[in-house]
Amino acid sequence: MPLNEIYLAKSSNIASRMLGDEAIIMSTVDSTLFTLSPTGTVIWEAADGQTPLSRIVEERVCRQFNVTVEQARVDAEEFVAKLVEHGLLIVSGEPIAQ
Amino acid sequence: MHSPSGGQVQDVVIEIGGIPVALRTTDPEFVGLLCARYGDYLRVGGTSEFVFDVDLVAADEFNPDDDAKVWLKDGEWRLERGDFRAQWNPEKGLGEIRQSANPYSIDSVLRILHTLLLAPNGGFLLHASSVVRNGKAFLFSGLSEAGKTTMVRLAPPDVAILTDEASYIRKVGDQYVAYGTPFAGEFGEPGKNISAPVAALYLLHKAPENRIVRAEPAEAIRRLMRNILFFADDAELVRQVFESACAFVTAVPVFQLSFFPDQRVWELIG
Repeated sequence: MPLNEIYLAKSSNIASRMLGDEAIIMSTVDSTLFTLSPTGTVIWEAADGQTPLSRIVEERVCRQFNVTVEQARVDAEEFVAKLVEHGLLIVSGEPIAQ
Repeated sequence: MHSPSGGQVQDVVIEIGGIPVALRTTDPEFVGLLCARYGDYLRVGGTSEFVFDVDLVAADEFNPDDDAKVWLKDGEWRLERGDFRAQWNPEKGLGEIRQSANPYSIDSVLRILHTLLLAPNGGFLLHASSVVRNGKAFLFSGLSEAGKTTMVRLAPPDVAILTDEASYIRKVGDQYVAYGTPFAGEFGEPGKNISAPVAALYLLHKAPENRIVRAEPAEAIRRLMRNILFFADDAELVRQVFESACAFVTAVPVFQLSFFPDQRVWELIG
């Protein structure tokens, strides 16, 4: 799936809280806790179901962190895949109503 | 008051954390057992929002191998373990407990009930010892063998013990308050029935020397979540406990306390 077609939304099976510039997320399914890096936190916070990942990477990640778009895209895809695997994020090729 | 079977009904009101729970029974021996077990936590007179009929049955009615299960069904909480069955309707405040006449089962039911009562209000039961010194409460948390009971045993005379096993934390206004509990661990004695604002939480770790380091918030939440006593299989309540842990860590200083188990560690506390 091309990067610019991926939309992200937070799962309903989570609780999350910001601690400084890091997000801590808990799965309410198995109570597992995850602490996100500042970069991951930017993506997490922007996961509103309406903003494509490509725009999150270009407009937020690359502007806040000294990283190329290409590298940021690779890292973002990997990060999103992990969060999907843990049931924290849902992804779709179309905007997600929340 | 008399039950349909003719026995006199008695309410034994046990107040932990300022929350009275009435246990209704017709068995005078069980009343005596409860009075002996909960001494300082008995409330004489008054009413309780939470009333449980205790039905005493033979121990062999249960399968002792059954693990604890707590779940919400049709608006009622169901509590089950290999030595009791209980249900509680939060709207009506009424419940029933089936168990044999022993103090351990009722103790477990009360612990679970209080976790359910505390969770929606920002409080929790924590696997921790807690004390009051100079009007402030200090919590010492950790898994088994971390040193919870050791801290209590080493406490100097000016320290009042709230519990060596299960700390009772309520959010009262903007602050967190620790209450004494009758829930004892290896120390073998119930805590004093007093309360004080929580000044600090220490995450325990035995070490060759004493050292205190402020815990990072994420680590503090992680450790706190690991030690909050929570039994219910209910996503909304799990979410509430997580929110409570985050709010607690934001409001209360949390430290990693590496300590050598002798009395010098108390020079660092309070």
